[in-house]
Amino acid sequence: MLSKRIIACLDVRDGRVVKGINFEGLREAGDPAELARRYNVEGIDEIVILDVTATLESRQARANTIAAVAHEIFLPLCVGGGIRTEDDAAAAIEAGADKVSLNTAALQNPSLITTLASRYGSQAVVVAIDARRQDGRFAVYVRSGQAETPRGAVDWARESADRGAGEILLTSIDRDGTKSGFDCELTAAVSSAVNIPVIASGGAGTFEHFAEVFAEGLADAALAASIFHFNEHSVEALKEFLSARGIPVRLAANAGEPENHADPFHRPATRAHRPARPG
Amino acid sequence: MIALVDYGAGNLTSVRKALAFIGAEFWTPAEPSELARASGVIVPGVGHFDSTAALDAPWREAIHAALARSVPLLGICVGLQWLFEGSTEAPGVPGLGVIPGVCSRLGDDSPGPRQVLKVPHVGWNSLSFPRPTRLFDGIPEGTQVYFTHSYAAPVVPATAAITTYGVAFSAAVEDGLVSGVQFHPEKSGNAGLRILRNWLGSV
Repeated sequence: MLSKRIIACLDVRDGRVVKGINFEGLREAGDPAELARRYNVEGIDEIVILDVTATLESRQARANTIAAVAHEIFLPLCVGGGIRTEDDAAAAIEAGADKVSLNTAALQNPSLITTLASRYGSQAVVVAIDARRQDGRFAVYVRSGQAETPRGAVDWARESADRGAGEILLTSIDRDGTKSGFDCELTAAVSSAVNIPVIASGGAGTFEHFAEVFAEGLADAALAASIFHFNEHSVEALKEFLSARGIPVRLAANAGEPENHADPFHRPATRAHRPARPG
Repeated sequence: MIALVDYGAGNLTSVRKALAFIGAEFWTPAEPSELARASGVIVPGVGHFDSTAALDAPWREAIHAALARSVPLLGICVGLQWLFEGSTEAPGVPGLGVIPGVCSRLGDDSPGPRQVLKVPHVGWNSLSFPRPTRLFDGIPEGTQVYFTHSYAAPVVPATAAITTYGVAFSAAVEDGLVSGVQFHPEKSGNAGLRILRNWLGSV
């Protein structure tokens, strides 16, 4: 049976993981590669890197972060934030991303979805939708939640799927960082409207919240950041909880090669040798 | 030396990283004649079956010649599908045809309402083994691996692992020198690396 995926999100600014509430007030949570290594050992299913200040960061800085994280994991890796052009996407993919996530750029230039899906396949193209409840609808926002658009989340998700997106990464701005639970209504509305997987994001605070978003929100995957970063909960404990509730997940005990499982990729870091100084 | 065939279908960064991690020596041949020095051949691929059209007659001949020299062949994702006779995704593009059968879209035969089964099939799903094979030596029944695909190969005598998503399909095949995996071993954590190592052990 297909497992529900648990995805860890690394919101990265200037090469460090940060996390805010309602998209604001960022606090630092650590080194992306170190966190990725820990999550891998704990049995995370996938990692998303969101470059939250991409407009200020160079493409090269983003590539360095992607390469450092990709070095730690043999898991699907998605990269978003500041992917505005085909060249941005190509640079992220060459650095080791398996998927790119488009947000503002997809709304401004929807043909980019199709261009990238034709070049890399739909499985490599995720459309990220940030939505906020407003006047009885789910309004789509862009520019890191700063700018309202006339689009509704359900309608835009449908169009994205039609244009070739392989997955939808759906974030509730209202719930982001609040730990008050995923917006199950929003997630269910989008998930039942499209025939591609929907990743629910924003609001994870307890294990119960994950169970809710899979059962009531019809999510195919759930993404969280702060609940994992600050060591509040381990991925492994979350999966055991969900499994006991009858929700199919990939358990570490079932991941194969158990003899290496304690710390499979923890090799000594290879550092460049300092050039020997003559004399 | 493993020949990692790059025919422009997607991104090989992850496959290269995994092969390097398990200590495989590999290169990307620029033309079919280079396969003469391969001790193993990997045909990767993501995306559309159409893209395998780039594996034209000279490539196919070189791969057949490699098999004739007892060089093992591994297809990954679309590379597994290409081992079959073809796919309904691109009816005009023949597969290598070393395994009888034709690939088709997931969900076509699934019972119940169509919208229940989302396609593409994305995520971690479990393997069951109809028989013991070299590829899955040491891999427990039920191990989960990472899939992302819309088309799949039927269950045939060469099937080495079965996964069910609406229908049962070939998650892997093994027939003598010919192996293939529909999932992505390079993105399937420890289990995936073990499977790649098992294949490398046959080279």
